[in-house]
Amino acid sequence: MNRRVFFLIPLVVFLILTGYFAVGLTKDPKRLPSMLEGKPVPDFDLKPIKGRDNKGFASTDLKGSVALVNIFGSWCVACRAEHPFLMDLKESGAVTIHGIDWREEDPDAGAAWLKKHGDPYALVGDDPKSRAAIAFGVTGAPETFLVDAKGVIRHKIVGPLDKKIWENTVKPMIERLRKVGAS
Amino acid sequence: MTAELGHFALILALFMSILQSTVPLVGAQRRHCSWIALAQPTAILQFLLVALAFGCLVHVYLISDFSVVNVVSNSHTDKPLIYKISGVWGNHEGSLLLWVLILSMFGAAVAVFGGNLPPTLKARVLAVQAMVAVGFYLFMLFTSNPFERIFPPPLNGQGLNPLLQDPGLAFHPPMLYLGYVGFSMAFSFAIAALIEGRVDAAWARWVRPWTLAAWCFLTAGIALGSWWAYYELGWGGWWFWDPVENASFMPWLAGTALLHSATVAEKRDTLKGWTVLLAIITFSLSLLGTFLVRSGVLTSVHAFATDPTRGVFILVLLIIVIGGSLALYAWRGPQLTSTGLFQPVSREGALLFNNLVMTTAAAAVLLGTLYPLLLDALGGGKVSVGAPFFNAVFIPLMIPMIVAMAIGPFLHWKRSDVTPALLRLRLAFGAALLTGLLAFIAHQDGPVLGAIALALGVWLALGAVTELASRIRLFQIPLGDALRRVTRLPRASWGMTLGHLGLAVSIIGMAGAGAWTVESIQVMKPGDRVMISGYEFTFDGAKDSTGPNYSVVAGNFTVRRNGEHVTNLAAEKRIYAVSKQPTTEAAIHTTLAGDLYAVIGDPEGANGAYVTRLYFNPLVVWMWIGTLIMVFGGAISLTDRRHRVGAPKRSRADAAVQGA
Amino acid sequence: MRYLILFLGLLVFASPVSAVDPSEMLSNSLMETRAREISKGLRCVVCQNQSIDDSDAALARDLRVLVRERLVAGDSDNEVVEYVVSRYGDFVLLKPPFKGATLVLWGGPVLFVLIAFFAGLGFYRRQRRGAPSKPAAVALSNTERARLNDLLDKDGS
Repeated sequence: MNRRVFFLIPLVVFLILTGYFAVGLTKDPKRLPSMLEGKPVPDFDLKPIKGRDNKGFASTDLKGSVALVNIFGSWCVACRAEHPFLMDLKESGAVTIHGIDWREEDPDAGAAWLKKHGDPYALVGDDPKSRAAIAFGVTGAPETFLVDAKGVIRHKIVGPLDKKIWENTVKPMIERLRKVGAS
Repeated sequence: MTAELGHFALILALFMSILQSTVPLVGAQRRHCSWIALAQPTAILQFLLVALAFGCLVHVYLISDFSVVNVVSNSHTDKPLIYKISGVWGNHEGSLLLWVLILSMFGAAVAVFGGNLPPTLKARVLAVQAMVAVGFYLFMLFTSNPFERIFPPPLNGQGLNPLLQDPGLAFHPPMLYLGYVGFSMAFSFAIAALIEGRVDAAWARWVRPWTLAAWCFLTAGIALGSWWAYYELGWGGWWFWDPVENASFMPWLAGTALLHSATVAEKRDTLKGWTVLLAIITFSLSLLGTFLVRSGVLTSVHAFATDPTRGVFILVLLIIVIGGSLALYAWRGPQLTSTGLFQPVSREGALLFNNLVMTTAAAAVLLGTLYPLLLDALGGGKVSVGAPFFNAVFIPLMIPMIVAMAIGPFLHWKRSDVTPALLRLRLAFGAALLTGLLAFIAHQDGPVLGAIALALGVWLALGAVTELASRIRLFQIPLGDALRRVTRLPRASWGMTLGHLGLAVSIIGMAGAGAWTVESIQVMKPGDRVMISGYEFTFDGAKDSTGPNYSVVAGNFTVRRNGEHVTNLAAEKRIYAVSKQPTTEAAIHTTLAGDLYAVIGDPEGANGAYVTRLYFNPLVVWMWIGTLIMVFGGAISLTDRRHRVGAPKRSRADAAVQGA
Repeated sequence: MRYLILFLGLLVFASPVSAVDPSEMLSNSLMETRAREISKGLRCVVCQNQSIDDSDAALARDLRVLVRERLVAGDSDNEVVEYVVSRYGDFVLLKPPFKGATLVLWGGPVLFVLIAFFAGLGFYRRQRRGAPSKPAAVALSNTERARLNDLLDKDGS
C-alpha cells in the first residue's frame, strides 16, 4: 500500500468526527426522549392536596376523554411563568387539565399557591415523594403530558407550556385524537 | 478607562499576532533575513500587549468596577482579595484571556531564550504560535469580550460560585492552562518541521523540554483538581471520569506518549512522523479540552443552542487549526523518513509499546467522552457514559503497560533480551506478588482489583528502584563508587526513574483509596461515638460562627485510637452570603496509612444531633505524593545539561542565515 | 453564570453535602448494600454526571428511597433497575448497556487495541522488509551526524 495513505488517515478521522460534531451541535440535549409516549399512563393514586378538595387524582381518572396532566410545584419558578397560560387554557375550555403537585415541603403550600395565582386544574393529586413523578419519568417541573381518551400518553412537553407550543403542537394533536376517538 | 485600555491592548495584540504569523513565515520561505527577524519583536510585543490587557482585567476586578459585565457576573465587593484575582479566570471570557496570555508568554519565551534555534525554524515556530493566537483573539473580540461594559452599572456583583472560592481551585486553572498551552510549543515545532520538511535529532531535542514543562504543569494541574474534589466535595471521591476531567486527561495521555516518542526520535532517528503526529494530536486534544469545557458542549450541548455564534466560531477554529495541521501532515508527513531500525524487544520497542497503549487509552477516553454527543447526532437516542465504562476500558489497558513499564528501562537500544531484565526484577516480582496476596487475604470482601493494583504499584516502584540500582551498579562495585555514580547520572535519567516511581506511588494510593475506603453515615448526638478502622470518633457538637463572606456551622470531633488522643477534627458547612449556596469543608487528618475524613450534614432534631459522614481513606495521600514525585522528576529532567546548553547547531546553511 | 458553573467542570459535582441520609437507609444491611450498589449505577437525571448515590438533588433522593422500597417489596436488583430504565430510558444507566446503539462505544476500544496491535506489527514488518524504503528526504549531513553522535555519546545514555 502506498505509504502516503497512512498519513491521510488522521485527517479523514478528524473530518468524520467534525461532521458528527456539526450535527450534534444543532441538537438540544436537554430534551430527554420520553419512554412513555405511546404507552398507557402509569398506575398512580394520589391523595388530594390539603386545603383544596378531597377528590385526589388517580390514573383511572384519565380514561374517557383527552386531557393534559401538568406537573407543578409551588417552589417551581418556571411553573409560575407557565401558570397564566394554563389559566387562559382553562378559560377557553379547550381541554381538561389535571395537576400533580410535586414535592411540596409544606403540605399547605400547593393549595395556597393555587388560591393566589388561580386554579386551572380539574383534579389535583399530591405527590410529595415523587412517586407519580418518577412513574411518569419526570425530570423537572413543569412537564405536561397529553393523554388520550384511552389513557395512553401521546406527547410530553418539557418546560413551560406556552401559546406557541399549544398552537403548533398540542392543539392539532388534541383535535386529531378527538377525531379518531369519535369515529 | 482601564477596561477600554485593556480592550484596545487586545486589539493591538491581534494585529501584532497577524503580523507575527505572516511576515516571518514568508521571510523564512524566501530567506529574507529582515522579515525573519520580525518574529522576535512581534512575539515579545504581543506578549506585553496581552499582559497589559490581562493586567487591566485584574485591575477592574480589584477595584470592583461594576460597569464591566464580567466583573458584575463574577465578583463581589465582599470577596477576599485572592478570590477577586482568581475570579478573573473563573469565567469564560477571563479564562480565554489567561489562555492567550500563556500562549503569548510561551511565544515570547521562545523569542528570548531560543537563541540557539536556527532562525528559519524559530521564525516558523513563532508564526505558527501566532496563528493560533489570532484565532483566539478573534474569538474573544467577537464573541467573548471580557471588557464589555454595562449601563447603568449595578451596585454590586453577583459573586463568584462559592465552590470556586478555594485556594486549590484558584490555582488549578492556571496550572492546567500552562499545561494545555505548553503543548502548543510542541505543536508549533511540529508544524514548523512539516513546513521545513525535516525532523532530526536536534529538532526532537528542542521539542522535548517544552513538552516536558507542559507535561509537568498539566500533571500538577490535574492533581490539584483531583485534590480539590477530594477535600471539597465531601465524600472523598477524587476522580469521576467526568467529561471535564477527561478533557484534561486526554492531552495528558497523548502528551505522555509524546514525551516518550520524542526520546526515540531524538536518540534513534526513527518514529519521526509519529512524533510529529502526536504533537499535533496532543495540542488538538488540549484545544478540544479547552473548548469542550468552555462551551459546555459535553455537559450540555444546550449551551450551543442558546449561543450559536460561539459554537460555530469554536467549530470553525478547531477545523482550521486541527484540520489544517492534519492536512499539512498528510501532505508533508511522508517526507519524514526514519533511519533507525529496532527490534520489538528493545528500548525503542518498549517506548513504542507505551505509545500504542497511551494513544489507545486516549482514543478510548475520547470515544467515551464524545459518544453521547455522537449518538445523539445520529439520532440514536440518549445514553450516559459514566465511570463504570471508563474503568472497564481503561484499567485493562493500563495493566499490561505498567507491567512493561518496569521492564522497559532495562532493555538496550536497537535489540535486546527480556530474560536478563526479568532476572534482575525477580525481587520486585516476588515482593509485588506477596503484597498482592497479603492485600487480597486482608480484604477478602473488597474488590480483587485493589490487590492487583497494589501489587502493580509495588512492582513498578521496585522496578524503578532496581533499575536505578543496576545503573549505579549497586552491590556490584564498592558502595562508595556506586554512590559516586549516583551523582553523575544524567538528570534526564533521574527524570525517568522519578517519573516511573511517582506513578507507582500514585497507583498505590489509588489502590488504597479506590478499593478499601471505609464509610460510616449516621446521626450523632453530642457525645456519641463511632468506631471506624480502629479509630474512635466522638462527636463534640456543632458551633456556629462567621467567616469573611459566609457563615459556618462547624462540627467538632475528637478522634482516639486505643484510648489515646489522635486529633481533633472540625468539619465545616458554609453558607455564602451572596449566593446562599452551601459548601462543605471536610475535616481531614492525613496520615501515611490513610486519611481520617469527617463531614457534617444537616441537623437532625433539636438535641444538637447532626448527620455525620466519617471515612477512612487508606493510603490516599500517596496518590498526591506520587504526582509530586512525577512533577519533580520532570523538573529535574528539565535541568538536564543537554536542555541547558541547548541542542546542537544544525548545518552551515542555517548558520549562514543566522550570521547574516 | 452558566459558564461559571461549567467552568472547570469538576463543578458539575457541585452538590457539596452528599447523598445518602441515615433516615433513608435500610436496617437490613445486606439490602442496604444492594441499594447502594444499584444507586451507584443510576444517573441522577437532573445532575450532570453524578449517580443518585452521590447526589443531593431532591429527585435523586426520592429515587434512592424508591430503590429501597422496591427492594424491600422483594424486587431483584435487575427488576429495580429495569423499572427506572422503563421510566427514564438507558440514559439513567451510568454503565451503558450492550446493545445496537452502544455497539460502537463498547466495540471501539476493542477496535483501537486491534488497530494498535496491527499498526505495531505492520511497523516491524515494514522495517524488516528493508525499510527505510527511501533515503531520508533531507538527511543529516556527515558533519551533522558526526556532531550529533558526539553529543549523544557524551550524554552516555
